[in-house]
Amino acid sequence: MKQYLTNFLKYKSLLWNLVVRDLKIKYRRSVLGFAWSILNPLLMMIVITAVFQNLFRTNIENFPIYYLTGYLFFSFVTESTNLAMTSIIGSASLIKKVYIPKYIFPLEKCIFSFVNMLFSFIATIIVMLVLKVPITPTFFAFPIPMLYLFVFSVGLSFFLAAANVFFRDVAHLYSVFTTAWMYLTPIFYPMEMLPEFMVEVVTFNPLYHYILYFRALVLGNHIPDLRTNMICIGFSVIMLILGLIFFKKKQDKFILYV
Amino acid sequence: MNTAVEVKNVTMKFNMSKEKIDSIKEYFVKLVKGNLLYTEFTALDSVSFDVKKGEVFGIVGLNGSGKSTLLKVVSGILKPSTGQAKVFGNISPLIELGAGFDPDLTARENIYLNGYVLGHTKKYIDEKFDSIVEFAELEEFLDVPIKNFSSGMVARLGFSIATIVKPDILIVDEILSVGDYKFQEKCEKRIKEMMAGGTTVIIVSHSITQIERLCNTVLWLEKGKMKMIGDTNEVCNAYRNGN
Repeated sequence: MKQYLTNFLKYKSLLWNLVVRDLKIKYRRSVLGFAWSILNPLLMMIVITAVFQNLFRTNIENFPIYYLTGYLFFSFVTESTNLAMTSIIGSASLIKKVYIPKYIFPLEKCIFSFVNMLFSFIATIIVMLVLKVPITPTFFAFPIPMLYLFVFSVGLSFFLAAANVFFRDVAHLYSVFTTAWMYLTPIFYPMEMLPEFMVEVVTFNPLYHYILYFRALVLGNHIPDLRTNMICIGFSVIMLILGLIFFKKKQDKFILYV
Repeated sequence: MNTAVEVKNVTMKFNMSKEKIDSIKEYFVKLVKGNLLYTEFTALDSVSFDVKKGEVFGIVGLNGSGKSTLLKVVSGILKPSTGQAKVFGNISPLIELGAGFDPDLTARENIYLNGYVLGHTKKYIDEKFDSIVEFAELEEFLDVPIKNFSSGMVARLGFSIATIVKPDILIVDEILSVGDYKFQEKCEKRIKEMMAGGTTVIIVSHSITQIERLCNTVLWLEKGKMKMIGDTNEVCNAYRNGN
């Protein structure tokens, strides 16, 4: 255990700098640069709000915020896992030539996406101020669901990154899976819209719990009870452990397949 | 403690599938047909040796004899199928120059990134930054993306970063054959300086004269097996006559 920790500390600056590199590359050629991280969710919100309030006539209170909170979490999970999935293959040239702990790569992608999410979170705050949605004391507990979500994503990323090395089909399957996942997550529809049996199904979706938690803080002005916290922690920790075990078991063989 | 590298009974086997199976469909088709058998290829066959501290250890052998595989096992990139390789001290592998350069980033950014890849801290690279640039002779091109560099420039930068540390163990794989003669001389001088400073060096080279010039001990690999190990002159002469 101590050995793992010293090894991690040695490569800590590498991890951080890979994140910085990704951020630099992402915005290098765009005029507005980092502003896009804020503008993108804002523009998306305008489109979705226009569609849903006029076309489908949803009557969710504070729909733009309702949508943005869900969008924030969902896009973080899909972005981080998709980037992480190809991170090992993408670093083939490095893995073959230098010793680097391999978990650095998926972990780095998760941190990168997390930073992106924080930028987009600024967009949410701006919209809240514009729409005069009150920022309540519970709002400031937002790091809690974000942490749960991050741990969950890291676990899933480890699993996908390792699996994708051996079977490139995983990427195709996963893109279908995320589409289904999006519709099983209440991002732009209210839970009441679902038929009863679907509600049952949706409770097995970890994202549903994280998003509800986040909305409770931002819009509902209450902190979810112990049971909700336990469910969220349960999903996160189990996913992390499964991902880590799978990754650790397979990592020595990566180099033969990348 | 007098040993720098200890290689014990290392065997490295590869599954050499006739075609690369990387989709689930292919995998199941093969599985059902029952020909998911791989031909096993032994790249290294129970290789054992010790390298003493401060020694310059050469490895010779024909193409495909397992030299590079052995270096990869020693530097921890590959995990051996059986046996183990222990390394005492920090190691700087020069298996390929510029591994981990990002073509979109500038030379300055890449120096830092590559330094981190080798496990250094920011403070350390800050200190060494000027001498890295000076050695690579790239002062004018610091803020140019690497993708616009010539391959010689990339190699110079890579060598300069990898050798700026004083590693306990330096691994050199054929890299002395890059760049023009002037730079080659410079590299060899740098390696000699390190050797004088007590660094253990493991060199792989096809140039037998280079090995004779630099090494104390030489290992001759043939098809993954140890053919001969011992004094430089003895092994080099046998190697010359053997081929």
